Amino acid sequence: MDFQVVVLAGGFSKSLVPLVSKEVPKALLPVANRPVLSYVLDLLEQKNLKDLIVVVEGESAALAVSAWISSTYIDRLHVQVAAVPEDVGTAGALRAIHRRLNAKDILVVSGDLVCDVPPGAVAAAHRRHDAVVTALLCSAPVSGPSDSGSSGAKDKAKKPGRYNIIALDPTKQFLLHIAAGAEVEKDIRVQKSILRAVSQMEIRADLMDAHMYAFKRSVLLDVLNQNETYQSLRRDVLPYLVRSQLRSELLSNGVQSDENGNGTDAMQNIKILPSQLLANASTPSFHELFALGPDGSASMTRKTHKCCVYIANKSKYCARLNSIQAFSDINRDVVGDANHLSGYSFSAHNNVIHPSAVLGSKTTVGPQCVLGDGSLMVDKCSVKKSVIGRHCRIGSNVKVVSSVIMDHVTIGDGCSILGSVICSNVQLQERVVLKDCQVEAGFVVTAGSEYKAESLAKQEKL
Amino acid sequence: MDPRRLPRTVTDPKVRHVGFFAPVGPPDESMSSPPRQTTLSPPVAGYSLSPVMIPPPRHLSSDNAPLSPLIAADSFLPVGSYNPSEFSSPSATEDFSEDNFSKDTGWVLNENSGKAALKQNTHAASGLTPVITNEGPPMEAQKEQPPASSKPKKEKTTKSERRALQEAQRTAKAAANAGGSKKSAAASAVVNSANANTKKVAKAPPRKKDSSSVAASEKKGGDRQTDKDRKKDIPHPRMQFDDEDQVEKAKKRSVVKQTESKNRVELFRHLPQYEHGTQLLDLESKFFQLDTVHPAIYAVGLRFLTGDISGGNARCIAMLQAFQESIKDYFTPMEKELTRDLPTKINGYVSFLIQCRPLSISMGNAISFLKHKISELPSTMSESEAKASLLSDIDRFINEKIILAEKVIARHAVTKIRDGDVLLIHGSSSVVEMIFLCAQELGKQFRVVIVDSRPKLEGRMLLRRLLGKGISCTYTHLNAISYIMHEVTRVFLGASSVLSNGTVYSRVGNASVAMVAHQFHVPVLVCCEAYKFHKRVQLDSICFNELGDPDDIARVSGKEDIKYLNDWASIQNLQLLNLIYDATPSDYISMIITEYGMIPPTSVPVIVQEYGEHLLI
Repeated sequence: MDFQVVVLAGGFSKSLVPLVSKEVPKALLPVANRPVLSYVLDLLEQKNLKDLIVVVEGESAALAVSAWISSTYIDRLHVQVAAVPEDVGTAGALRAIHRRLNAKDILVVSGDLVCDVPPGAVAAAHRRHDAVVTALLCSAPVSGPSDSGSSGAKDKAKKPGRYNIIALDPTKQFLLHIAAGAEVEKDIRVQKSILRAVSQMEIRADLMDAHMYAFKRSVLLDVLNQNETYQSLRRDVLPYLVRSQLRSELLSNGVQSDENGNGTDAMQNIKILPSQLLANASTPSFHELFALGPDGSASMTRKTHKCCVYIANKSKYCARLNSIQAFSDINRDVVGDANHLSGYSFSAHNNVIHPSAVLGSKTTVGPQCVLGDGSLMVDKCSVKKSVIGRHCRIGSNVKVVSSVIMDHVTIGDGCSILGSVICSNVQLQERVVLKDCQVEAGFVVTAGSEYKAESLAKQEKL
Repeated sequence: MDPRRLPRTVTDPKVRHVGFFAPVGPPDESMSSPPRQTTLSPPVAGYSLSPVMIPPPRHLSSDNAPLSPLIAADSFLPVGSYNPSEFSSPSATEDFSEDNFSKDTGWVLNENSGKAALKQNTHAASGLTPVITNEGPPMEAQKEQPPASSKPKKEKTTKSERRALQEAQRTAKAAANAGGSKKSAAASAVVNSANANTKKVAKAPPRKKDSSSVAASEKKGGDRQTDKDRKKDIPHPRMQFDDEDQVEKAKKRSVVKQTESKNRVELFRHLPQYEHGTQLLDLESKFFQLDTVHPAIYAVGLRFLTGDISGGNARCIAMLQAFQESIKDYFTPMEKELTRDLPTKINGYVSFLIQCRPLSISMGNAISFLKHKISELPSTMSESEAKASLLSDIDRFINEKIILAEKVIARHAVTKIRDGDVLLIHGSSSVVEMIFLCAQELGKQFRVVIVDSRPKLEGRMLLRRLLGKGISCTYTHLNAISYIMHEVTRVFLGASSVLSNGTVYSRVGNASVAMVAHQFHVPVLVCCEAYKFHKRVQLDSICFNELGDPDDIARVSGKEDIKYLNDWASIQNLQLLNLIYDATPSDYISMIITEYGMIPPTSVPVIVQEYGEHLLI
């Protein structure tokens, strides 16, 4: 289908400290005991997209990711892992690999996306309108997730209004304005020309940019080359394309069918071109109407390009792992409401317990839990709505609620863990009480200590 | 409609002058009592006497006597002709199935009338059987003979043919579903061959024997048909969507998942209608899995499906351009020939497009043109040359048959516009728009009335464009047609297709405009490029039509608050009908303007006959 897929897997995201570490880049953070990148790769594989470019920031992260990919997806996918310098941003990453892009359209997917929206839908919408860019939007979670106990980093979550302000045309197919919530201070500025052309605009804040874009390659590369300073696709490239859609300077080939000369030749012989005939017969988007000019006479051809959106159905799950809050939310959802994504078959009790896991007497594992292989739980433990990794040893009388415990964690007797994230190789000694905490990998929590809403990392302790 | 009856009886004789037309006409009182047939015991006798008119359902019975005239006749099917079964999707196959037979000129109309009769029969117009045989009389005596003579001969040959037949059977199995269209092809072959026979009755049997080497392959084709017919109880002229078995089979084949919509109107059950949303979603999610479909084809199909491209010319051009793209990217696989492999590719594309939206008749013509061009390629030609030649052929088709034709039509039609005229147009037609622009540039003083109709409101865009050119316009809706007609001096209509009985098949609403205009004695000029002409005869707009999305008429665009019919699918006793096309009888049409000139509707067959072959050049 002449599409190339680029997965932007990121590097060591600062917003996810202390979860990420040198050994575990963002792409490999476990969601229900699977690296988050596997969700994207599975989604693409399922849709027969087997030729991928995975871009990772930083050499060491790239090595880790490529090692994981080659061990997991050997002979299933054909993946090229490209390492780019850190902090170049998403746009920079694409700029760095632009030599490898050769298809007509590029599908850019963020590696931290966990969703079940078929990428084909985005691609199809893109092709249908011959758009310059098509973005996948999905309905943002209705601020609900925070009331459950898992709101580990609620206070730390950026700002309340981190959703995007998105303006659409009445048909909900074209993007007219996009601004990330964080950038909106008091007012948003909408271009008059666009507003005049569309005549009606729908501004919504309940949509989330899922970071799955289809770009026209020629345009994308043009924009990247012309604007060296652009760092981020979301913050720079996309708004630029949206802003300039009615005064396109991009030689977007074929977006305009009527630019090749229907120049009002008042000859006896009217010139008509197949393209014009086509344009007349097709339902025009506001772009075409605008390009035609106010009187429809095309006396001055204005160049436009289209920025489309595909709005995912509300029933689809779609989330990005870009914050600690999101990390625990996604973990909860993937084993809970959206468990078709996890790839596990859930038991009758709506949980997954690996056969090699050992449970002591009077230990209960509630619904919406995943227990990795080789984990050991001694007596009288209770686990609710949590994910526990491989080879964990959990002492007796431990309570784990709405938490994520990664691999090789040792938890002493009588601990209580609520809404926390505990990374690999952490050791919790007896009677530790954690509420809404994140514990960095390899950390040791001393016996009897109590923490609430803290991030426990070595640096702070030392 | 009393006023309608009156002119009709007046015009009827005129129609009859053309000769072969009379029997086709609707069973009017004037024809319903033809002299001869009353004596025939209606179905069986009439049928055995005249192979021309064999109605498909009865073929089964003829199988018991395996040497039916049909078999003999079938084997005259031209070799290498375009095989309709190649199109896997049923609904539109019919459109192109007959094109190659246009070469067997001369009796085209007989065929058509036969087909019409076929249709009528399936629609249980029992009164028509006599009319059918009405056509036979002159040949009857002669026709008795070919079957008789072919019978023994057939017996001999069947043995030697067995093997070939079995093979054919196997190959035919795959294409089994397209049988309907094949059947119609067979019917036409019958006609042609039968007609040939009348002239050389004595010759027919020897020909079979001595030309056996040539005939062998011919027979294969013929036999394939016969044994397929055997399998099928009721072969349909085209896919009937009220036949559950066929629909099931078609579903298995189709690329796009199509959910049949509920609450379909009883009379239109035989037409495909799918739930609109489901197709798009399915197509979208399969985007990357449809490897067999070229991206350009996919994009065009998607636009057809979503209605982004509509209008006969535009769709045809879009399709042809997509074919061009796909041919550019085409490489003949190893050990295959371009002339053989490319058509199968194209068939795949066509069936994909059909699943997106049924093809129009003009598109069918264009496809058969392309296939003809492919089959004509000399085998010695290199691949790149062949591709280049095909690309230029397609370009030529677009330029000559569509673009140039429009210009010529406009030039013709402009002569009919006088100063002070008030011209009426319904919907939006690229040709008519062209005419207006042309007239405007010639400095004629005229006014345009644009009559529009829901749900598409295509007239608005036309209005916008015409206003942009400075033409003074009146915009109204179809409901007001009888009021606005007072001031109109000419009606210009576009057409999706013109059928050989002069019926104009076009956007729904055109028929009523034409009728009102006729009532008001306003001339109705239909503008149509000749590539849209088709040999088929159609008497009504029921047996072949297209159903649009019922939601379109349930909703009111721009008024979201009007949603009384939101959940219409769940209301058991409600059925929505959104017809796309209608058929205007030729009585209401004053003139058809084509690039070959301005002709009365009765002369359409002449164009089809004379220029039908040239269409393919």
